[in-house]
Amino acid sequence: MQSQPALKPERRVERLDAVTVRFAGDSGDGMQLTGSEFSKASAIAGNDIRTFPDFPAEIRAPAGTLAGVSGFQVQFASHPIYTPGDRPDVLVAMNPAALKANLPDLKPGGLIIANTGGFTDQNLKKAGYDANPLEDGSLAGYRVIPVDITRLTENALHGSGLSAREIARSKNMFALGLMLWLYQRPLEKAVADLRSKFVGRPEIVEANEKVLRAGHAYGETAELFTSVYEVPPARLAPGTYRNISGNQAIALGIVAAAQLSGLKGFLGSYPITPASDILHELSRYKNYGVTTFQAEDEIAAISAAIGAAFGGNLGITTSSGPGIALKQEAINLAVMAELPLLIVDVQRGGPSTGLPTKTEQADLLQVLFGRNGESPVPVLAAQSPGDCFRTVLEAARIAIRYMTPVIVLSDGSIANGQEPWRIPEPSELERIQVRFRTDPEGFQPYARDPETLARAWVRPGTPGLEHRIGGLEKHHLTGAVSYDPKNHELMVRTRAEKIERIAREFPPLEVDGSPSGKLLVVGWGSTYGAIAAAVRELRRRGRDVSHLHLRYLNPLPRDLGEILSRFERVVVPELNLGQLRTILRSRYLVDAKGINKVQGRPFQVTELVERIEELLS
Amino acid sequence: MKATAVVGLTRKDFQTDQEVRWCPGCGDYAILASVQKVLPELGIPRENIVFVSGIGCSSRFPYYMNTYGFHTIHGRAPAIATGLKNTRPDLQVWVVTGDGDALAIGGNHFLHALRRNVDLKILLFNNRVYGLTKGQYSPTSEFGKKAKSTPYGSIDEPVNPIQIALGANASFVARSIDVEARHLQEMLRRMAEHRGTAVLEILQNCNVFNDGAWDHLTNKETKAENQLVLEHGKPLLFANGKKGIRLRGFVPEVVEVGEGGVDVSELLVWDEKAPPALAFALAGLASPTPIGVFRQVERPVYHELEEQQARQVVERLGPGELSRLLAGRDTWTVE
Ligand code: SF4
Repeated sequence: MQSQPALKPERRVERLDAVTVRFAGDSGDGMQLTGSEFSKASAIAGNDIRTFPDFPAEIRAPAGTLAGVSGFQVQFASHPIYTPGDRPDVLVAMNPAALKANLPDLKPGGLIIANTGGFTDQNLKKAGYDANPLEDGSLAGYRVIPVDITRLTENALHGSGLSAREIARSKNMFALGLMLWLYQRPLEKAVADLRSKFVGRPEIVEANEKVLRAGHAYGETAELFTSVYEVPPARLAPGTYRNISGNQAIALGIVAAAQLSGLKGFLGSYPITPASDILHELSRYKNYGVTTFQAEDEIAAISAAIGAAFGGNLGITTSSGPGIALKQEAINLAVMAELPLLIVDVQRGGPSTGLPTKTEQADLLQVLFGRNGESPVPVLAAQSPGDCFRTVLEAARIAIRYMTPVIVLSDGSIANGQEPWRIPEPSELERIQVRFRTDPEGFQPYARDPETLARAWVRPGTPGLEHRIGGLEKHHLTGAVSYDPKNHELMVRTRAEKIERIAREFPPLEVDGSPSGKLLVVGWGSTYGAIAAAVRELRRRGRDVSHLHLRYLNPLPRDLGEILSRFERVVVPELNLGQLRTILRSRYLVDAKGINKVQGRPFQVTELVERIEELLS
Repeated sequence: MKATAVVGLTRKDFQTDQEVRWCPGCGDYAILASVQKVLPELGIPRENIVFVSGIGCSSRFPYYMNTYGFHTIHGRAPAIATGLKNTRPDLQVWVVTGDGDALAIGGNHFLHALRRNVDLKILLFNNRVYGLTKGQYSPTSEFGKKAKSTPYGSIDEPVNPIQIALGANASFVARSIDVEARHLQEMLRRMAEHRGTAVLEILQNCNVFNDGAWDHLTNKETKAENQLVLEHGKPLLFANGKKGIRLRGFVPEVVEVGEGGVDVSELLVWDEKAPPALAFALAGLASPTPIGVFRQVERPVYHELEEQQARQVVERLGPGELSRLLAGRDTWTVE
């Protein structure tokens, strides 16, 4: 069978600039795999892509129910894009619940590919449908392509010897094959991935491949579609690319930081959604000089990392909001002991257990102010999946140079979402300077580098430099316990000054759009894509709107205040109730307005455009 | 780590210029003196020794040892020491903790260090009270303890540190007493030799908030009657050889020995390698109170397993190359 079947003359090829597809089914239906394979094929075909997986917190929510619907959205385009798309053009619905949960998002007139085999009476009832929506005319505003994927999959595997259950689980491959055909993508990549995913189980590989090809062939022969689509390649910057999720990029950033610093990397971590994948990924890299330690709890995870840092290694801990709350006391120990430490917070919906699989940006104030005492810690936020790599590297560099814990903020949407990532050339990866003190002459544990104010890092095992550190206030030179009031104030101010000085090394801020004017949109973290797309749309409409995206949340860049003052109005969109806005208002006395959303979902471009328009009018 | 070249270190080499700030008469002084006595004998360079502690009176210990030291946060010393030892197996890592630090706030970390068999030497000072916070009952305080926070007596059943350690499958579990210098030093040497987690419970007198908690074990008049010294391969005798311990089923019982009593051959012969149930049963005795090594067995040490696994992965996959890792499996090129 050919991957690019010859087209029948009557079938048109329609060229599109950008398409958003959402795959939806039961959480056991394999929609995540289908979505990521489809995305991969699009990326390899040269499109710019952004993906957004959306799944329930329960591993196996009751089948067929709305609670159990798992979705995967991808936007792919022939031009640079910034988000996984607001509203899908195409919805692949494997059952009634998937249709019901996702229909409100579908664009008017959008395409629905519905697995009619999943629309049984029982499933209709579970989803709360009185009548079959595929038959009662309620979908008249959309283009519905009914395909009995369940039966067609069974047919394809008839006589394969696989169990009914295994056959049922292959139907996602039919959907994938069909979609790859519809967008004229080759099948080879998906087949190769099946082979490596199910290594040692040739019967499963064979079955899945058969179904995949059946789905592809079905599109070609069934004459359900009057056209197929083509989304030509985007013009990305030259280089070698791969797809990457935020969590993968963090794991790679950690390995790179270890190698570039020549230090042993030690990750202490405790499983928590949505950060666990970083632990999983790193645990496979034992041959890269990185050790992972699954601790007994969040506190032990960071404590072990602090122990590793005390031993002269690159200590790292990864978690999400609830885990960070538990780690705060230990972060403060690293502040006081002035040890380098990398802390990654993949934020999720809160408070408390909150929405584990959903996204939010509500940990900013927690990481800035959630510890006892005056406790300055540098905070950096990654703005996209691939950007997590650079952010982690930079955080490690700051941690080592300034002898301080550094917090990196990511969140659920970029942790699991993917984008094409230009793989850095080795020459782009700068070594991270590490200097251990070995000279006993005149050594004082808390004497500081006059420029960075960092104290010296001394590896235990170095003769003549034996010393004691700890969480009690230290004498400003000897490090001996000191209760002297003046010394305490000196130390509090020195620790604050040390962190403030980091800002001297930040590059100048870059404003996207005119450098002064009517309105500046200030964002941070994962909202980058939605804001960038929204301001482009607004400028296309002739509005005077600029965008500034902050990577450094502590210390704040030194040129920030001046930039804010150049605009008549400042608006801060955040997936919280206004945390950065609070800081900007108090720090710069600027009357910043907020656009705030806390639904466990990212901003849509259109909603930002509308809200900003309102502010402008 | 055995550096026989290090000769001539003395107790003084391990003392710091810090003024020791425990209350006068505190049992911690005696423990400090014993540790400073034993360390020079180990042949380990000072710079290769680290003391890690949590919070509490005992946790001030690192400040008084002229080695590397880290006074950390309440209860977390075993976790911090785990990260240190795991990345720096060349160091000898001691943990100093107390009954509140190790068994209340830090109970979880204590348990997990032991089950993993991290190569740590844990000194657990047990004075059955909170000293630094000025006199509340602790997890080892006796039932009914009247203390600052329990004016009508505590209603908590105490934990037995030895039994907890045995339950966590610790590979070395021992007990000694602050003022029994010779015995304490012998235990310190034994734990220094041991590979894997070594836990030593040290019964320690807090003369300010719980004075005399162990008096019956240290007082000249009553000590013989109440101290049962465990020695590997020897029958369990105490009270100057007049009494002993015999096993009835699973229950250790005190018997008179010699004339009118049982023959020594009927007594339980102590075996450090026996299944932990035996040590557990013995650890439950209060009168007499056993001191010595309850258990010493060899089992794989955490950092060695870790190193072995890393070696195997390198053998199988070769040393990792960053550029290949960054590229992953699926790439495409844009011209
Ligand atoms: S309070 Fe008790 S344990 Fe603490 S130093 Fe004083 S005597 Fe020792």
